[in-house]
Amino acid sequence: MREDTLKMDFAFSEEAKREIKEIMGHYPEKRSALIPLLHLAQKENGYLSEPVMRHVAEVLDLTPIQVYEVATFYSMFHLKPVGKYLIQVCHNLSCSLMGADSLIDYLKEKLGIDIGETTPDNMFTIKTVECLASCGTAPVMQVNDDYHENLTKEKVDALIERLRSN
Amino acid sequence: MELILFKDRSVPDLKDIDVYIGRGGYQSLDKGLRLLKPDEIIDIVKRSGLRGRGGAGFPTGAKWDFIPKGKGIRKYLCCNADESEPGSFKDRELMEFNPHLLIEGIILASYAIGAAVSYIYIRGELVYAFRILEKAIREAYKRGLLGKDIRSSGFDLDVFIHRGAGAYICGEETALIESLEGKRGMPRVKPPFPAFYGLYGKPTMVNNVETLCNIPYVVTNGHERFASQGRPRNTGTKIYCMSGDINNPGNYELPLGIPLRHLIYDVAGGIRNGRALKAVIPGGASAAMLTPDQVDILMDFDSLAAAGSMLGTAGVIVMDETRCMVKVALTLSRFFFHESCGKCTPCREGTFWMHEILKKLEAGAGKDEDVDLLLDVANNIGGRTICALADGAIAPVISSIRHFGEDYRLHVKEAGCPYDRIMARA
Ligand SMILES: Cc1cc2nc3c(=O)[nH]c(=O)nc-3n(C[C@H](O)[C@H](O)[C@H](O)COP(=O)(O)O)c2cc1C
Ligand code: SF4
Ligand code: FES
Repeated sequence: MREDTLKMDFAFSEEAKREIKEIMGHYPEKRSALIPLLHLAQKENGYLSEPVMRHVAEVLDLTPIQVYEVATFYSMFHLKPVGKYLIQVCHNLSCSLMGADSLIDYLKEKLGIDIGETTPDNMFTIKTVECLASCGTAPVMQVNDDYHENLTKEKVDALIERLRSN
Repeated sequence: MELILFKDRSVPDLKDIDVYIGRGGYQSLDKGLRLLKPDEIIDIVKRSGLRGRGGAGFPTGAKWDFIPKGKGIRKYLCCNADESEPGSFKDRELMEFNPHLLIEGIILASYAIGAAVSYIYIRGELVYAFRILEKAIREAYKRGLLGKDIRSSGFDLDVFIHRGAGAYICGEETALIESLEGKRGMPRVKPPFPAFYGLYGKPTMVNNVETLCNIPYVVTNGHERFASQGRPRNTGTKIYCMSGDINNPGNYELPLGIPLRHLIYDVAGGIRNGRALKAVIPGGASAAMLTPDQVDILMDFDSLAAAGSMLGTAGVIVMDETRCMVKVALTLSRFFFHESCGKCTPCREGTFWMHEILKKLEAGAGKDEDVDLLLDVANNIGGRTICALADGAIAPVISSIRHFGEDYRLHVKEAGCPYDRIMARA
């Protein structure tokens, strides 16, 4: 554990605290709220740092390891910061048949980064992901919460342009 | 044929409760919750022949019957909305365009098994579907369709949505339960089965989205009408998810047991670019590949099982003559290696090695012995693991070697991928 991360504190916003109260009411056992709380924490903090995980552990009366093992098991949780826009390109079979591989190369070149990297301005991170349940509209990528389907290079250009100017 | 799930697919704003009710939505509750006893619903579902649409095809009514009877015991229904099987995209569409159909099905299923709480475990990535369902559930509470004393029937039900966070294995029902309890999604050793010891140690029923969406129709129209479509032991309709090298990809609802040929060439418009068919995966990534001489097969649980494959989720992935089957096996082996939860050694190690050997073969660095080794690894995984992920992982490997051995031999002989070369020249 590094000194600097130890010092940083995390606390949920007031709005999140209200949401947590409601979430807890869904389950007879507190621990069930762990994944929902990690989603919430990630939304507020951008990623799951050690102070974040420790705070979630406290809220749910869990040990830090119980939180850590869950945070590392699920691919949607980030233990390191990601860009403002997380671009997740599907490279499973149907998307790959529809040209996902060349689309990924195109994105890498366009943004000047490799898979798993973030642009220096912290705008974009690219990741490859497995089937997004959208194979009928392949190739597909998810940018933050939103799906972009039937992708072409032109669509990618337009989207990146739009996100850059946001 | 009569559409059950996609009946109102073209109705705009069907996700709005007023539109849904205007189309006859929630009417099954009047009969289901007021005129029928829970056991009578189970009986109708049993007699309808409905089999689970989540992949395994287990008879739904029989499964519900396993749940211990009696009011004193807390029981749960979990709707499996984790849809992550490569090639499958039906549950997502159902939830996005017709969320109330699912809620209606959940109410009936919960009543039948005696659950007062139901969780919809939805795949984390499906944020849009999650928001739609969230809104639909809020609307249903407001109309007294969820909560206390639903439609003055005396039946109480709470429905909560629980978002996953990215893990294919959480679609396996005991991994789903573990995940819902706030743990890593690692399958449990069975028995005990979830029907006796499930969520929080209580009797639990896990059912797929599409399965539950069939229930309102079965309850309203009776088992005979449901069973009048499809084939014996494979009754009703099914959503076929068509993707890959075809002209018209998408979801199509058709009776179970239609010929694969009809599905590919008539329904989905045939192979793209006027090419010839090379291979079909009929039921999602975990289903063994079929060859062009097998396209007259009937798309149902029993026919595909008899052919050594499976209907699975009916995610039909079509591949044309330019496709390299070593590359296909490699892509799918990467998926299964990535998604193995690591609990059993044969699966954890085996998926790793299959992926490694396939990388080597596709890169042209493999020998003939590597193909034998690959087959050997695959054969040593099957049947030795806690859950069926491992069986899915070996299906594409074994079937690609069996049907497309020539592709493997060419990779070795030419020390590279012959298809890459052809495509580079073109
Ligand atoms: C690795 C694996 C992944 C699975 N993924 C799903 C899934 O995403 N959705 C689903 O409904 N069933 C999935 N299943 C099947 C479930 O274990 C279970 O059989 C199903 O949800 C039961 O519902 P049904 O009887 O309505 O089909 C999966 C099974 C395995 C082994
Ligand atoms: S078969 Fe694989 S995925 Fe299933 S429990 Fe064993 S290691 Fe996990
Ligand atoms: S393969 Fe890309 S969405 Fe299914």
